[in-house]
Formats: sequence, C-alpha cells, structure tokens
Amino acid sequence: MANTEINQYKGVWCYGEVRHGKLTPTLFELLEVGGKLAKELGEKLSVVLVGHELDKWTKDIFESGAETIYLLDNPGLANFVDDVYVKVLADLIAKEKPNKFLLPASIIGKSITGRLAAVLNTGASADATELAIGSGKNSETKNALHVTRPTYGGNVIATILCENHRPEISTVKPMVFARAQKIPGKTGEGIKVTVNPAEIPSKTKFVNFNPEETAELDIASADKVISGGRGLGNAEGFKVIRDFAHTLGAAVGASRAAVDAGWIPYRHQVGLTGRSVRPKLYIACGISGQVQHLAGMGQSETIVAINKDPDCPMMKLANFSIEADLYEFIPLAIAELKKHKN
Amino acid sequence: MPLNVVVCLKQTPATTAVQIDPQTGEISGQGLTYAISPFDEYALEEGLRIKERVPGSWSAALTMGPPQAEDVLREAIARGCDSVYHLCDDAFKGSDSYATSYILAQGIKKIEAEKGKVHLVICAKQTNDGETGQVGPGIAAWLAWPNVSFVKKIEEISETSLRVQRMMEDGVDVLEMELPALISVVKEINEPRLPSLKGKMASKKALIPKWQAGDISAEASKIGIAGSPTLVWKRSSPPKRGGGVRIEGATTEEKAVKFVEKIKELKLL
Repeated sequence: MANTEINQYKGVWCYGEVRHGKLTPTLFELLEVGGKLAKELGEKLSVVLVGHELDKWTKDIFESGAETIYLLDNPGLANFVDDVYVKVLADLIAKEKPNKFLLPASIIGKSITGRLAAVLNTGASADATELAIGSGKNSETKNALHVTRPTYGGNVIATILCENHRPEISTVKPMVFARAQKIPGKTGEGIKVTVNPAEIPSKTKFVNFNPEETAELDIASADKVISGGRGLGNAEGFKVIRDFAHTLGAAVGASRAAVDAGWIPYRHQVGLTGRSVRPKLYIACGISGQVQHLAGMGQSETIVAINKDPDCPMMKLANFSIEADLYEFIPLAIAELKKHKN
Repeated sequence: MPLNVVVCLKQTPATTAVQIDPQTGEISGQGLTYAISPFDEYALEEGLRIKERVPGSWSAALTMGPPQAEDVLREAIARGCDSVYHLCDDAFKGSDSYATSYILAQGIKKIEAEKGKVHLVICAKQTNDGETGQVGPGIAAWLAWPNVSFVKKIEEISETSLRVQRMMEDGVDVLEMELPALISVVKEINEPRLPSLKGKMASKKALIPKWQAGDISAEASKIGIAGSPTLVWKRSSPPKRGGGVRIEGATTEEKAVKFVEKIKELKLL
C-alpha cells in the first residue's frame, strides 16, 4: 500500500463482541488501550457492534470513551456466523477506512480475524499484551501499531508490525488491560449501518446454542483462576476446587491430566493443548507444573501453588507456595476467606 | 459419493521452551527437535475418520515448510493418509499467516486439479509456535468457502453439508455449512490413533511430491517475506520470575490464615 493510500485510513476501532445476546466486557478493555492509541494518533475512537437489539449498550460505550458507534443491527445477525460477520465488517471497513482495528482474543474475535485479514488484504496479529504507536522498520511511517505478544507458550515475546497495510488488525488478550474509566453523561454519535444478511451469499446456517448448565465464569475472562490437577486424585476433587473458586470469585481451570481423566470438561483446560489465561491471580492446586501447563498460565500476574511436593516445578515458580494437603488446606482457606468477607 | 478431505499440517519445535539467539534475535535452532504441531494430530485423525466412514473417499495431508518438514507428511502416511503434498520453496520462507493461508489455499486448488474434488479442509485450532489460529480462517477466505473455528464435534456430514458443534466460552453453538467448507478443530474432537506397522512401512517408501510457487500458480506478491503484511520487529525472552516465597506455618490452619492475609495484601480479595 502506498503512503498516500495509508494516510487515508484514520481512527481506532474497537470490536464490541456480542455473544449470545450479551455484550462481553472485553470491549471496555479495548476502549482503555484503544483510547490511548487514538489520543496519541490524534484520531477518533470508535466502536463497531454487530448483532441485534444493540441500542441498550450505547450509553455505557459512549461513557467509556467511544466517540462513534457503528451499529450493524439486524435479526439475521443475532448469532455469530463466520462468513456473514466477516462480510459485513469487511464492507464497512472498506468504506470507512479505519487505521487500527482491535478485537478481543476470544473465540469470536479469533474466528473473525484470520478471515477478515485475508479478505481485506492486510495483516493481523494475535493475543496482544502491549500495544503502542511507533516507527516502521522499512518505511517512513511514524504511526505503525507495535503489537507485543507472547508466542511459543509464553517463552518468546515478539513485537509485530504491519506498517505497509491498513487497517492494522490485532486481537487483544482479555484481562491484560483495565476497563476504561467512565465519564458520566458523555455522549457520542451512533451510526446505524444498513445491513441485510439475507442478501449475503452465506453458506453457513446457525442452528442453535446450548448454554453450559452451570453459570460458571469462563477462564479466559476471569481475573482469578483456580485450577486443579492430577493431585486432586479424583473427579470429586473439583467440588472442593469449585467451592474455593466460588468463595474467591474465581473461574475453575484444570490441567490436561485432569481433563484427560474425564474429571472436568475440556473447556476448562489451561495449557498448550488447552487455552491460555493471564489472570491477576492463578492458584494451582495439585499441579506439578509441566512446561505444557506453564505455556497456558505462565504470564499470570501472581501465581500461588498448593502442593504436597515442595520440589515440583510449580512450587518453585510460584510467587507463593504452600506445602499442604489440598483436602485439608482448601476448606480451612475457604473458612478463613469467609471470615474476611463478612 | 465420496467425501474427500485435505488436512493442513505444520512441523514445529517439539517443545515451546525455545531460546532466542542473542546475536541474531531469531529463535535458536540449536538442539531443537521438530514434530507435528500438537493440535494438528486431532485434525489428521478427524480426516481419517471421515474417509473411513464414507467408502471411496480419500484423506490427503498438505504442509508448507523446509525440506525436513516432509517428516510430518511421512507421519501422516503412517497414520493412514492416502496422499501427501509438500509445498517447499525458498520463496515461501518468512510467510506470515496471510501469505501462508494464500499458499495453502493455492495448494488445495492444485490438489483438486490433480486428484479431484475436495469437500472439506481440516486445520487445527492453532499451532504451538505462532499460536495465532488465523491460517485456517484465512484459507477459507481465499477459497471463498464457509468456515467454523473451535469445532469440538462433527454431528453429521454428507456430500453436500456438514453440521458441527463449536466450543464457545459459555456453551456450545451448532452450525451447518454447505460443502466445500473448512473447519479448525480443538483437542476435544477425538483421540488420535498411533501409526500402524503397515503404515510405517508405507511411509518409508512413499515418494512425496514437492510443489514450488510456480507449480501452484502462486503470485510472487503474496508469498514469502515480500508478500507478508506483518513482520516480526523484535523478539525477546520474557522476564524471569523471581524466586517465590514459601508460606510457612506450624499447622495447615496457620498456613491458611497467612495465605488469606497475602491475598488481602495484594488486594485480590
């Protein structure tokens, strides 16, 4: 892309993920970091929402810093369908030409990004943990997006540039950035974008959604995660972990050993072949800390390990390690936590 | 009616505990061993299961990578793939997820031209090195096929359509796609088999076709470093975690009290 063309792209866009009729709070984290980028560039901060019955969220979004909200509102967009969502986003981006586009590194955000980048002939980065504006490597540009992200299971930190294409697209790891501070009463411009999914030649049909029975916190969007591993000994052990998590307001994670043993569904698996998390607090219960598990949680802010074996890798890596029997320690910790809560 | 599948595989470092060469800033190749990316095993297995369910179908494996990457294709044959293709050209070096998805899409078109219709392409959710998960959806965009990522189960498949379950943070979505289509799968979808002895013998003898940019009619402007919109500006090692603090106590009760104090101190309560 020539410089003259690049300069036509203005503004920082954040994708407001609507999942099964709910706005996910990752948007407010994107607005925090996106707002800083927009300020540095001297450009506008905008939000794009795709879904149905979106108006109820505009007040919160304006108060969190967005100057413009693009509303792609249609009953046919009520659920996430890859090719349809990418088509409506690509059409809007081609018309409005945003400079940077941030999405959450969630299942929907990740699904959109790779397809969207190929359709728009631009580059995409993933799982950003730092975002900054800086110089290009091979060009004169001063407003390149520097995306810093963990790769190789957190063993390598890479900074990625996409200096010669626009928009620069990146997904942003949840729970890394604080939520944007609200300015009560602040308003903005809502732009209703006409979309007619019936006219989009989609080859995908959304059939239905089966919610998980328990209304549990998801590991990727929780600021505290308590995980159980082989050391629990059996599936019943997760009852204790769930109690612990419930008392502390944490999500329940698991090691691969616990998932493979059938003690807990795969969705909870943290690690190389599971999912990666970056909470403020990660408590590993009966997890020895193999490199594959560390790949999924090594970036957590504070790590606490509870284990009978004081010499296992997790106990050595943790900020705080507690040598104890889980079944003895956790109920005592729960009782103590409850005292402080009351 | 057959149901033909192409599975995309990648050879990656067998461990993620890689080091950065302080001289070059690149990943140090010293002492690294390579293997099939862990998630890819599930993609490979799912392709085999579909072919075995529908008589007359085939399952092919496709990879892009340096000459030694053919090892993953031999592994694919050992597990039961009918044919394998290696996209191998210096011009592909340095390709990012955009360029890689383009090259693989061109490879899939070439397989169609040589071997017949492809109904389904299966990728893994992500690799264990780059971890972007963008290549699968990118391939679907280049082919203008529908795609679904994070697939945990194929509920039904016919020669014209596919019904899948998608893992979501809050439950499971069910979606239907017309074929041809592309899916990216998660580990939960199956339990991969081990190679058979017969498969291992076949894999040793197999002649693996190598395709260069010209063979797949890849445009020079879309491949390699020049064709990649993104570049790695720098790499570094993460800061080492400092030695931790042991929470001591004469009794477990005492430890529990101290643990809660710490949590409170860190404002995590």
